[in-house]
Amino acid sequence: MATYNLNSVKVGLKILVDRDPCVIVGTDVVKPGKGQAFTKVKYKNLKTGRVNERTIKASESFDGADVMEKEMQYLYTDGRTWTFMDQDSYEQVEADAAAIGDMQQWMKEEDLCLVTLWEGNPIVVTPPNFVYLEITETDPGVKGDTSGGGNKPATLETGAVVRVPLFIQIGEKIKVDTRTGEYVSRA
Amino acid sequence: MTSKRDTWRPTASKEMLRLRAEILAKIRSFFAEREVLEVVTPLLASAPVTDLHLQALSCRYRGPGADGGRDLFLQTSPEFAMKRLLAAGSGPIYQICKAIRDGEAGSMHNPEFTILEWYRPELDHHTLMDEIDELLSSILGADTGERLTYAEAFERHARIDPLRASAAQLGSRARDLLSGEAPNLGDDRNGWLDLLLSHAVEPQLGNGRPSFVHDWPADQAALARVRPGDPPLAERFEVYVEGVELANGYHELTDPAEQRRRFEADIEARRLAGLPTPPIDVHLLAALEHGLPECAGVALGVDRLVMLAAGTRNIADVLAFPIDRA
Repeated sequence: MATYNLNSVKVGLKILVDRDPCVIVGTDVVKPGKGQAFTKVKYKNLKTGRVNERTIKASESFDGADVMEKEMQYLYTDGRTWTFMDQDSYEQVEADAAAIGDMQQWMKEEDLCLVTLWEGNPIVVTPPNFVYLEITETDPGVKGDTSGGGNKPATLETGAVVRVPLFIQIGEKIKVDTRTGEYVSRA
Repeated sequence: MTSKRDTWRPTASKEMLRLRAEILAKIRSFFAEREVLEVVTPLLASAPVTDLHLQALSCRYRGPGADGGRDLFLQTSPEFAMKRLLAAGSGPIYQICKAIRDGEAGSMHNPEFTILEWYRPELDHHTLMDEIDELLSSILGADTGERLTYAEAFERHARIDPLRASAAQLGSRARDLLSGEAPNLGDDRNGWLDLLLSHAVEPQLGNGRPSFVHDWPADQAALARVRPGDPPLAERFEVYVEGVELANGYHELTDPAEQRRRFEADIEARRLAGLPTPPIDVHLLAALEHGLPECAGVALGVDRLVMLAAGTRNIADVLAFPIDRA
C-alpha cells in the first residue's frame, strides 16, 4: 500500500489512522516564519463518521488505505448480514450491521446502493438519495383532503416511519429523501 | 468546487486588488514622510539565507559571464542585500518586493509572497517597534500594541516557562493544549516550542490590539544580536495581529565573526537534517567586515496585512493568482 508524505496529503485521500480507514477532509500548513513547519490534517473515520485532527511534522507520512466506492445492488438480508452484488462482475459481498447502521430502514431489494469497500469488505452502505417505497400502515386520512395541511406517521415496507400528508393511504407508493428521512411526494 | 475552465481567473476580487493598491500607496507615503529611502535589490542571489527552516528555490543562469551556467537562488527575503546597502552608507531604507520560499503553501502561506522590509540605523528593536505601531495604526487603525516577552507569552497562553522547561515537559503541555493529536518531536526542544507557539500561543496573540513579542531564546536568534544574561536572550521580536504572525524583526547582529559562526552552525544543522547545504554569503560577511551601522530591521508580510485589513483568513483571497493558478 502506498504511503503519502506531507506534500502529497490532500482532501479526499484515503489513509489509515490507528488501523482505521479514514478520508482527509482538510489540510493546512502551520509554520512560524523562522520555525518548523507542521501540517494540520483533518480526517473523517470512514467507519464511525467521526472527524479528528492530527498535526504532523515534515518527516511524517500516512499509509494509504485501500478504500473504494462502488455502486452495488442490494440482494437480501438474513437479519445479520446484508448481501450486495457487483453488477459488472456478479461478485457478492456481505455487509454487517455496523456497516449498514440505520440505513437498513431505506433498503429495498434490487435497489442500487453506494458501498464503501475497505480491502474488499463493505464498511459503509449509502442508499440512493431518493427511494420509492410502499406504505404498509397509516391512519386513514380524510378523503379528498389534498390541501396539504397537517400530517401523520406512516410505516413503509422497509420498516421506516416517515411523516406523510393526511391524504396518503395504505398501499400507496411515496418518494422519500433518505438523507433527511422526509416525504417528498407521491411516487 | 471550481471547474478547470475557471482556473485562469484571479482569486482576489476587484475590491481586494484595490485595497492592496491603497495599502501599498499608504506604506510608500508613510516612509516618504519619514524620509526612509525606497530601494530595490536583486531577487537572484549567489547565496541564500542558511536558516534551517527556510528553503530557497534555486535556478541556473546561462549567459555572458556565466559560461557553463551559474547557480543562483531566489531570495527568501531581501535582508542580506539591504544590509550591504546599509554598510555602504545608505541610511534608513525600505523595500517592497517578492520573497520566495520553497515548501510553503496553505491558508496563510504562498511560496511567492510580498514582503515589506525596512532598516533603521541608530534605532534598537524597541524604538523600531514604536514605528511599527504607527504603521499598523495608519493602515489597520490598530490601537497601540502590547509588549511582552517570549517567556511571558508562553506563561500567559500555554502556562509553561519556555526558557527552562525540558523537552518532555513541553511535549506534555503540547499534548494537553492541542485540539487534535500532536506529533512526537522527541527531544527537539525548539520543535516543541514552535509547535506550542504556532498552535497554542499565537492564536491568542494580538486580540484587540497588536502583540509585540520580544526577547526570544538565544538559539532562535536568527540574525538578531544576543544579550548576555541568564539565560542569554535574542533581541528579536515578532508582531502578531488577531492571531496572525505579521512581522519579524531584530536588533541586528553586526559582528562578522559571530555572523560567520552562525552561518557555519546553520550549515551543520542542515547537514545533520539531510537538507541542502548552500554556500555562505561572502558579500554579506565582507559588508559586516567593512562595518554595518548599529540598526534594527523588520520584515512584514504585506499579503497578511491586506488579509487583516480585509478580515479574511485565506491568503488566496488577497492574491491575484496563488501558486495553484501560477
